[in-house]
Amino acid sequence: MKSIGDGVFLMTENNKYISEMLKRSAPSAEGGFSEEGLQRAQALIALYPQKRSALIPLCHLAQGEHGWLTEHCIAEIADLLDLSPAEVSGTASFYDMLHLEPVGNYVISVCTNIACMLAGAYELLEGIEESLGIRPGQTTEDMRFTLEEAECLGACDTAPCIQINSRFFGPLDKAAFDKLITELAAGALAGIVPPHGVLSRVERAFSASVHDGKKADRTDADQTLGRK
Amino acid sequence: MFNPTESIVTKRMEFADSYTLERFLATGGYEGLKKAISMPREQVQDEVMKASLLGRGGAGFPAGRKWSMLRKAETSYLVINGDESEPATFKDHLLIERDPHQLIEGTLIAAYALGVTQAFIFVRGEFALGIERLTAACNEAYSHGAVGKNIFGSDFSVDLVVHPGAGAYICGEETSLIESLEGKRGFPRIKPPYFPAVMGLYGEPTVVNNVETMSNLPWIILNGGEAFAALGQGSSAGTRLFALSGRVKHPGWYELEMSKTTFRDLIYDKNLGQGITEDKKIKAFIPGGVSAPWFFEEHLDLGLDQDAVAKAGSMLGSGSVVVMDETTCVVRAAWRITRFFYRESCGQCTPCREGSGWLEKILRRIEEGSGRPEDIDLLMDVCDSIAPGVTWPPQQTTICVLGPSIPSSIASAIRRFRDEFSEHIELGHCPFEADHLLVGAHQ
Repeated sequence: MKSIGDGVFLMTENNKYISEMLKRSAPSAEGGFSEEGLQRAQALIALYPQKRSALIPLCHLAQGEHGWLTEHCIAEIADLLDLSPAEVSGTASFYDMLHLEPVGNYVISVCTNIACMLAGAYELLEGIEESLGIRPGQTTEDMRFTLEEAECLGACDTAPCIQINSRFFGPLDKAAFDKLITELAAGALAGIVPPHGVLSRVERAFSASVHDGKKADRTDADQTLGRK
Repeated sequence: MFNPTESIVTKRMEFADSYTLERFLATGGYEGLKKAISMPREQVQDEVMKASLLGRGGAGFPAGRKWSMLRKAETSYLVINGDESEPATFKDHLLIERDPHQLIEGTLIAAYALGVTQAFIFVRGEFALGIERLTAACNEAYSHGAVGKNIFGSDFSVDLVVHPGAGAYICGEETSLIESLEGKRGFPRIKPPYFPAVMGLYGEPTVVNNVETMSNLPWIILNGGEAFAALGQGSSAGTRLFALSGRVKHPGWYELEMSKTTFRDLIYDKNLGQGITEDKKIKAFIPGGVSAPWFFEEHLDLGLDQDAVAKAGSMLGSGSVVVMDETTCVVRAAWRITRFFYRESCGQCTPCREGSGWLEKILRRIEEGSGRPEDIDLLMDVCDSIAPGVTWPPQQTTICVLGPSIPSSIASAIRRFRDEFSEHIELGHCPFEADHLLVGAHQ
C-alpha cells in the first residue's frame, strides 16, 4: 500500500473530490518569479522596516512578470513574507489593480466618473465596447484586450480619459481610440505603453542605508493591541 | 478680477523637462533643504507654523499643528499621502509627475523638522508614470547626496521609499493608507487609539502629510513663513492648486492665491476656465471634491477661501471644482457620484456599505424611469441613516468619513432640484439627452 503522501491512497470514489482539491491548491510548476524577479523581490523587502509592507510592491512585481497574480506567485510572495497564501490573496483581492485572474496584454480602463461622464465618457465607453466586441470586465478571446470601467483616474483636464496598461490617453472619441488601438497593434506605442502589469520601468537603485542592521524587532501595532 | 500671482508649487511646469534633476538644480532646487538643515529643527517648525500652511489633502488641518502633535518616541515615521483619488482631483498627480524633486525636497525638510529618519511617499498605483519619475528622482537624489546618510555633509540622515498603491480610494484616508503601507487591506482604523501621531505605522508615532503640502515647504524655507502667510487672507494662506473640470471650456489646473480669487473668476475668467462649454448656463458646481455639498449660481462670488466656503455650507476640500450646466441631469450626476462611493466603500461599517448600495439602486431606477413617488423621501431617509440629520459637516456613524460623505451630492440635488427628480418619476424616463462627447469642444 502506498502512503498518504503520494495522494494515491485517497483515490477511492468518496475521496476523489478531496484529491482533486489537493491537486488544484498546489501551485502550478509554471508561473512563479524568475531568478531576476526573486532578486528584485528581496531588494524590495529590504527597504521596509517590516517585511509585510512589501506585499503590494511584490504583487506589482509579479504582475510585471505574468500580467496577473498567478497562484504560484502568490505562494512565493507568501513564503518571502512569512504569510499564508490566503493572507496574500486576501489582501490583493481588496485592490482594483491587482488581478487574481488572467487579463489581456492590454488592460484598458475607461474612466466614467463625474468629470469624464460630463464630457461624454459613457458614449466613449459604448464606442470602445463596439470596437473591441467586449463589455467591461471581459477579455477578448485572443487575450489581447481586457476592458474595465474605472473610477476617477485623476486626469480630468483631459476628459474623457482612458488608461492602457496604466498609461494615460485623452481626451478621446471613438475614432481617436480606434487609431490608438491600430498604433498599439503596430507596435508604435511601445515606448509609451509597457507590457501588461509593468507598473514602473525604473528600478530603485539604492538600498536602505540609514537603518542597516537595526530594522528588526520593531513593536508591531497589532502586537501592542493584542490583535492577531 | 483675477490677478496672476507668483507660482510656488508650479513654477517649473513651464519647462518640458521639469522633472529632471538638471532642471531642478538650475531653478533653485535643494537650496531650501540646504538652508533648512543649517537651521535648528525648532526654527524650521516655527517657519512652517508662521506660514499657517493648511494641509492640502482635503481636511485642511494646519500642517504646523499636525507636526506638534507627534508623540515623542525613539522611532517615528513620515508618510506622504500621494494616493490622490477624490474624483476630479488631479493636482498631486501633476506635482508627482512634473516636479518629483520638489516633493522629495519638501519631504526631507519635513523629515528634518520632525527628526524622522525613515520617510515613505505613498503614490496611487494608477499614476504609473509618476511612480517611474519619482523613483528615478529618488535615485538621483541619493546620488546627489540629498537623501540617505549624512545629507549634504551634515549629520542628518533619512531613507526614503517610494511606495506604490494598488487602486483603492479609501487608502487616501490616513489610517487606511497606513494599513495599506503595512501590506494589508486598506481598512481605516478606529480613532482612538489609532491617531497616527500617537499610534501610526507599525504602532509608532507617524505624521501623514499631503503631496501639495510638502511641495510648498522648499519655498517657505527659502522665503520665510511670513512671506507665505502674506499671500491669501486669514487662515487661508499662500497659494493653492485648483483642479477645474466638467463642463467648462478650459479645464485644467490653476495655482491661485487663496481668498483673492472667486469661483466666478476660476470658471469664467479668460485666463482660467473661460466659461461654460458651448456658452450654456451654469446649473451647479462642486467646490472641493465629490464629498462636498454642491454650490449654485449664488455662490459664484465666494472667494476660494477655506473659511468662507465652510461658512456657506460646503468645503474647499481637495480643491477640485466640477462644473455642471443646464444640460446636466442632476439625477445622473448624483447617481454616478453615489456609485463611486458604493464601489469604493471598504465594507467595514454597515451604514456605508449597505447605505451606498441602496442609494445607488434607488437613484439608478429613478434615472432609468422606474422610480416611485416615495423614492425621493426614501433617498433622504437612507441618507439620514448614514449621517443623521444630513447636515454639513456630517454626523459620523462610521469609522471614517467616507460614509458620511455619501449624502452630500444626493441631498444637494434633492434640496435644490426636487422637481427634476419628480419629473423623472412622472415621465417614466430621464428628460435630458445623454451626455455627449466633448472632445474638441475644449480649448
